[in-house]
Amino acid sequence: MSEAKVLIPDSAFVPAASAAAQAEPELPRALSFLEDSWRKLRKNKAAVVTLALLIIITTLAFLAPVLAPFDPNEQHLAHKNLPPKWPGVSLNGLNGTSEFRGRRIDAYALAKVPEDQYYLLGTDEFGRDLLSRCLWGTRISLTIAFIAAVLDLTIGIAYGLFSAMKGGRVDNAMQRALEILSGIPSLVLVVLMLLVFQPGIASIILAMVISSWIPMARVVRAEALKTKQMEYVQAARALGASEVKIALGHILPNISGIVIVRAMFSIPSAIFFETFLSFLGVGMRIPNASIGTLLNGGYKVFRLYPYQMFIPAAILCVIMLSFNLFADGLRDVFDPKMKE
Amino acid sequence: MSEAILRVNHLSVSFDTYAGTVRAVRDISFDLEPGETLALVGESGCGKSVTCRSVMGLLARNARVEAGEILFQGEDLLKKSNREMRAIRGGKIAMIFQDPMTSLDPTMKIGRQIAEAVTLHRKVSRGEAKRRVLELLQLVGIEEGEKRYHQYPHEFSGGQRQRIVIAIALAADPRILIADEPTTALDVTMQAQILDLMKEIQKKTGTSVIFITHDLGVVANVADRVAVMYAGRIVEIGTADEVFYDPRHPYTWGLLASMPTLATDDEKLYAIPGTPPTLIDPQPGDLFAPRNPYALEADKIAEPPLFPVSGTHFAATWLLDPRAPKIDPPEAIRRRARERGSL
Amino acid sequence: MSAEKNLIEVKDLTHDYTGGRGRPAVQRVSFAIREGETFGLVGESGCGKTTTGRMLVRLLEITSGSVRFDGQDITGLRGRELLDFRRQAQIIFQDPYASLDPRKKVRDIIAEGIDIHHLAQNRGDRETQVAQLLSSVGLRPEHLTRYPHEFSGGQRQRIGIARALATQPRFVVCDEPISALDVSIQAQVVNLLKEEQRRRGLTYLFIAHDLSMVKYISDRIAVMYRGRIVETGPSDLVYGNPLHPYTRSLISAIPLPDPESERSRRRIPYDQPEAAEDAELQEVEPGHFVLL
Repeated sequence: MSEAKVLIPDSAFVPAASAAAQAEPELPRALSFLEDSWRKLRKNKAAVVTLALLIIITTLAFLAPVLAPFDPNEQHLAHKNLPPKWPGVSLNGLNGTSEFRGRRIDAYALAKVPEDQYYLLGTDEFGRDLLSRCLWGTRISLTIAFIAAVLDLTIGIAYGLFSAMKGGRVDNAMQRALEILSGIPSLVLVVLMLLVFQPGIASIILAMVISSWIPMARVVRAEALKTKQMEYVQAARALGASEVKIALGHILPNISGIVIVRAMFSIPSAIFFETFLSFLGVGMRIPNASIGTLLNGGYKVFRLYPYQMFIPAAILCVIMLSFNLFADGLRDVFDPKMKE
Repeated sequence: MSEAILRVNHLSVSFDTYAGTVRAVRDISFDLEPGETLALVGESGCGKSVTCRSVMGLLARNARVEAGEILFQGEDLLKKSNREMRAIRGGKIAMIFQDPMTSLDPTMKIGRQIAEAVTLHRKVSRGEAKRRVLELLQLVGIEEGEKRYHQYPHEFSGGQRQRIVIAIALAADPRILIADEPTTALDVTMQAQILDLMKEIQKKTGTSVIFITHDLGVVANVADRVAVMYAGRIVEIGTADEVFYDPRHPYTWGLLASMPTLATDDEKLYAIPGTPPTLIDPQPGDLFAPRNPYALEADKIAEPPLFPVSGTHFAATWLLDPRAPKIDPPEAIRRRARERGSL
Repeated sequence: MSAEKNLIEVKDLTHDYTGGRGRPAVQRVSFAIREGETFGLVGESGCGKTTTGRMLVRLLEITSGSVRFDGQDITGLRGRELLDFRRQAQIIFQDPYASLDPRKKVRDIIAEGIDIHHLAQNRGDRETQVAQLLSSVGLRPEHLTRYPHEFSGGQRQRIGIARALATQPRFVVCDEPISALDVSIQAQVVNLLKEEQRRRGLTYLFIAHDLSMVKYISDRIAVMYRGRIVETGPSDLVYGNPLHPYTRSLISAIPLPDPESERSRRRIPYDQPEAAEDAELQEVEPGHFVLL
């Protein structure tokens, strides 16, 4: 206390100039919603790594027409079942040799492949380049994933929002309709559709149109019902805002985080759905490549040429894991049940 | 004056956040006498809750005690291990929270919840525990304890639930009861009952109470002594009469003058201008100065120390420095002193 | 103050969400609010005061009874007429944290009413109006591009007030606008509300549980208990000469910042069930009605 007395000069004991002029302190710059989300996402290492992986995979897959060294459907029967061969690598498994009756033989020389031609991931039973097929196949899978997300974001949101905003009897009827729709097993549906349509991407999408957006519609409805009670929505109503404006201008932006997370989670299950159907032979049409058809072809020759199954399986694993981990990270950001 | 049961010396607590370090409590000291009620009053973010959480050893994970000591019966609570603190918390020092809805387990009968608190700190037989629960229920004014023992929280009204929360806090006969806004969530009539109950219990058990609130009316009702907090510091501390009838700090003036009384009519209410500062890297000088119409140049240089007004009354304002110009408190404050007891 | 003209006339207003099975949240409530005055509605949580306020601005369904606004029955308004009523009757909410859309900038929050009712001639006019509103509630122009979560509770409440005033209303329901605020901020907001009332000739319904603040701000008061008005009259009479036992109990429970009077305070308990079905408000002195 005595110390302070020394510090303050006598001349300071006069009313302060411009007293109370700065009564409102400068607002500290708070983070905007996006900045804050990005900051939290960056803290999650798994999410950042998987995001990078997804960007790489997506870029590669969509550049398939440019990157693929061969036409994925072009058969080269002379070059069938060649193991992977990398230029300048002499590691067994990557040098174009395979075991044959206990001896290593150069499969490429045997098939009379030109010296400067390499199949980085080998070829399949029809001599098609596996690398090209994988690139194109991933492209198909990601397209399916993209369509699933779009369906979620259109039909799912529209249905859920409409149901929540209408409320009452309309809401009730719409929810019962959902229950009936979700009662239809999608596998049976696709098989039935084969009676009418050719197998292929169209019937897979049609099957997803019917049911894949249902979980999203439910989530949107539940969140919208909650948000509808918020005072800022009441305020908008008191201002005279129309129901459409309230739904699109106030409710949708405020549930967007949860919606995005949901959409991210629905992507891997859509990929899995397509793979599953194609593997069973009711999905993509031969000879078009997709991860499912590649797996199907690979498992038939698994004992002899294991790489033909391992490679597409690994790709599927990486994609699924990446989407799931990234969605997990997003959920921690947008939908934190345990807030920090 | 008897020996203080709790002595907080130069306590400073900070929080690490992404935006910087928040200096939530800055060098506060106070004593708590046996059997007295000390009210900590201030606005949200002034550090009153952080102070009490420090005493309870319940600070959030990003909090840091920068300096100071908290002496309970002569021992520094800040040096205790988690294990030792668990024994003290709920045993010697108990806490009541604001929301009676969330501080009870909705799936457990209230008898068991109170009994759990009884047996946690004392080895007693089941029958004995139950006897103690019934005794506590009676103490907090819940009738038909025998029947109520087997009911669930949702079968009680908000006020009764707060009574049960109090019973749980009292289960181990604490020496200190910390009440963090215990009546804020309640209606006025219910609040009045709980306040009466707390005073009555204090008379019976002799517990010391730290009462955190932002409501000056509640303070006037329960407090023996009052500490007014602003921006992490105690700016004025004294007996209730001293603080209410002879306040010295301009912030206390502002708080008291901004409450309408029966006499305030068409005139404009006095309002403290502006908003409280954020406590991230506070600028030097008195943090209240920007909102203080009585600020001195000295306030810009350094934070004022607590100047003694009487043996029990201190205020942290340069206006009390002998060199300061003489300034009369606003009319609303002088009227308080004249019309005490009939406001 | 234009003398004695009623802007709001409420008759036998009832809100019953139980569908006739339970006690209605608001039961046969009648009162009138004069143009330019502040009418205080007090009571404890669950007494129906908020429900009443929300019915007056048509945010909640009116089960029965009528509300007249400037002579026009607003109970069944739809479409254009409802929109026009909404422009004239606004509401300020209790919770400054829940009442502003967290995804909107302050500019767009305040301008929403201007946009809906096409009150601005062009973009420039819209900006000017928003800037004026912002400065009249004591915020600075640079705050326009900030998001609500960057503000303190008091500042947010002022943004809420600016939003309500943007449509140039005549009547504003203030639904506990200060109970979530800190003491030093409460007086600021009350002063702001009073100032805007004087400047714009506003009529307020001021809902609160804090009787001393209601008494200060209101010209007349109604006390609600379990869905009914038990006492109403000029605020001095209700506060100074409370006649209904519930009003007495309520007044006796308010703690005042005065230790000496607190020490001598005696609470008057009141624990009656709701008033008898056939009880009616009766005038006991000029303008002062009690449910008997």
